[in-house]
Amino acid sequence: MARKMLVVHPEKCTACRLCELACTFHQEGEFHPLKARLTVGIFPEENVYVPIVCEQCEVAACQEACPSGAIWRNAVTGALEVDVSRCVGCRMCVMACPFGTMVHVESGGKMQKCDLCQGDPQCVAVCPWGALEYAEPNEAALARRREVARRLAEVLRGVKV
Amino acid sequence: MAGWTGRMLRVDLSAGTVRVEELCPHDLRDFVGARGLGSKLLYDAGAYAVDPLAPENPLIFATGPLTGTYAPSAGRYNVVCRSPLTGAIAASNSGGYWGPELKFAGFDLIFITGKAPSPVYLWVHDGGAEIRPADGIWGKTVSETEDTVRAQTHPDAKVACIGPAGERLVRIACVVNDKSRAAGRSGVGAVMGSKNLKAIAVRGTQGVRVADREGFRAARQRAMQKILTHPVTSGGLPTYGTAVLVNVINAHGAFPTRNFQTGVFPEADRISGETLAREYLVRKKACFACSMACGRPTAIPSGPFKGSGEGPEYEAAWALGADCGVWDLAAVTAANWQCNEMGIDPISYGATLACAMELFQRGYLTREQAGRELRWGDGQLLVEGVRMTAYREGIGNLLAEGSYRLASEFGHPELSMTTKKQEYPAYEPRAVQGIGLTYATSNRGACHVRGYTISAEVLGVPEKLDPLVPDNKAFWAKAFQDATALVDSSGLCLFVTFAIGVPEIADLLAAATGEGYTAESALLAGERIWNLERMFNLKAGFTRADDTLAPRLLSEPMPEGPAKGQVSRLDLMLPEYYRLRGWDEEGRPTDETLARLGLKW
Repeated sequence: MARKMLVVHPEKCTACRLCELACTFHQEGEFHPLKARLTVGIFPEENVYVPIVCEQCEVAACQEACPSGAIWRNAVTGALEVDVSRCVGCRMCVMACPFGTMVHVESGGKMQKCDLCQGDPQCVAVCPWGALEYAEPNEAALARRREVARRLAEVLRGVKV
Repeated sequence: MAGWTGRMLRVDLSAGTVRVEELCPHDLRDFVGARGLGSKLLYDAGAYAVDPLAPENPLIFATGPLTGTYAPSAGRYNVVCRSPLTGAIAASNSGGYWGPELKFAGFDLIFITGKAPSPVYLWVHDGGAEIRPADGIWGKTVSETEDTVRAQTHPDAKVACIGPAGERLVRIACVVNDKSRAAGRSGVGAVMGSKNLKAIAVRGTQGVRVADREGFRAARQRAMQKILTHPVTSGGLPTYGTAVLVNVINAHGAFPTRNFQTGVFPEADRISGETLAREYLVRKKACFACSMACGRPTAIPSGPFKGSGEGPEYEAAWALGADCGVWDLAAVTAANWQCNEMGIDPISYGATLACAMELFQRGYLTREQAGRELRWGDGQLLVEGVRMTAYREGIGNLLAEGSYRLASEFGHPELSMTTKKQEYPAYEPRAVQGIGLTYATSNRGACHVRGYTISAEVLGVPEKLDPLVPDNKAFWAKAFQDATALVDSSGLCLFVTFAIGVPEIADLLAAATGEGYTAESALLAGERIWNLERMFNLKAGFTRADDTLAPRLLSEPMPEGPAKGQVSRLDLMLPEYYRLRGWDEEGRPTDETLARLGLKW
């Protein structure tokens, strides 16, 4: 069975940023968007809101760039996690990550990142609209294809063949 | 300190100084934050005795202890000052992202006095602030201002600012943040303009802590359970926005039409939330930490009002629509966008234009005096008038003063639909008795969000009352007013109260601050805040005579609809209300009441 991942549905996002708050409250014990492992990109003029999350890449730039081998993959969740005892705070991972989801937490200059809350992602739990989902990627893609098919079916209903 | 940051910024624009100060812990506990705390500081500064547009009038931007947390819809802040529209205390509430950002910058509150020698903006970041010249920004519209200030500060800075209306001391000007959220009422934008203060940009890099993490998580969970299952907060508001009320209120004959000449607008559905969702809504949008997402990004694809922006919400749809006899939703929507851009309160603007239209209808204001015809239903006038009001051009110069001053200018103040010179919102006191009492007694002049008895009288929350009878409405008005003062002071959005009440809010406050709030002590804080505001107004010269309604509502029977033949029975409700409040017959809190509330200094 494929591992679950964070699946983002930007069209369902309302830009409330509860995901950022739930993330840092769980991870850091305070409400602190700058330390959140994810951020909602908000473009009011275009009416586009896009949560940017760690993709837990198969070939992970953060892991490859880390000179001290501090980033390891949790076999249960599939999340890449930071071994704080090994992290030297060089921020090579920040430079390497194409999504910008490595976070500098002040305690000792060490880095942190999304660990999927050990399999119970709080961003997903808090989202009122299902814009973030914790799902197997193929299942999520299938669900989206089904949704597109449903909309297409509505259009086709009115078409005489 | 938890919940609160415990710090404020004191800004003197005359001297050009900024100072970080500690807030008094007793004030925080007793007045909670935002509206309550701001009012306490305003009272202490003696602002009831100053000219609202003088440098001495403090302009206070205040958050609550829950602002910036993930408590339900906890993204609010208040702008508090003495109002140039009413002369009473002003506390205008806004959402968006600005308030939480102030908390993340390390402050509960900004206290501004003085007047800058030339236009400036304030740049708040990293535990401090600087006053910067705004020469190239003064004169710009709200969205231009926000973009320019952000370019000059930080890409993630949140901006609260005034538009051309605030600069010109328009008495119905608001403060706008995040381009389309407004501290709308009582002319707080004019006070900002009087200080030559164009904008406040804020960027925070700190966190907000709570005292009891597990308790806070659990309290939120309990509250959200109710909010996510209540039909209003989980269904009506997200799907149709606040304008879901248009058809409901109209069906009660309580939808004020053509300056309150009737309570029925046959074309109501054309300006309803349902129609907006069908025609112009792009998607739903939330303020910070809010699950209700009642924000309405809208776009008009073609025609004379082609464009995009946010809104209208219910009050604006009514004021710009039914009150002016306009049923063209495109015109109403475009006028709302203009209000956002110019920084004008759409309730007071629409209601003032409606007053001008009635003056014109009755021949008290002529075509020559107005410079044009002021006909009911003129969408073009509605949209153009916003700009004219902001720039004080032509008839706009009179509209800029609000309806009471406008109607007085032409010798007919009785046609101004105001209490304490502030325009009524979108509910007819002849058709909904309790709301009339709250208009008459609201500390900031006529207002629907000081005691939203519509909730009980029309929507049946927490229980259904007969809107047409005055019985027991004094009790409900007081209950709603006290609870609302608490909500506004906590940093929550009032709309959460469709689903949760004082017990849930007290739990959140207690866990956030560690101050041991109970339902009783929290509600008492609300009552304390209400009475403090009342004391401010009494010191500002208000009397029992000001706790009234426009003569039409008291003496002209409603001509049609479910409330046909009714007038407001304020005469029955007001004495009972004073008694329940523990006030004397002149509406002054007695010594015992002040002592009970800890307001005897």
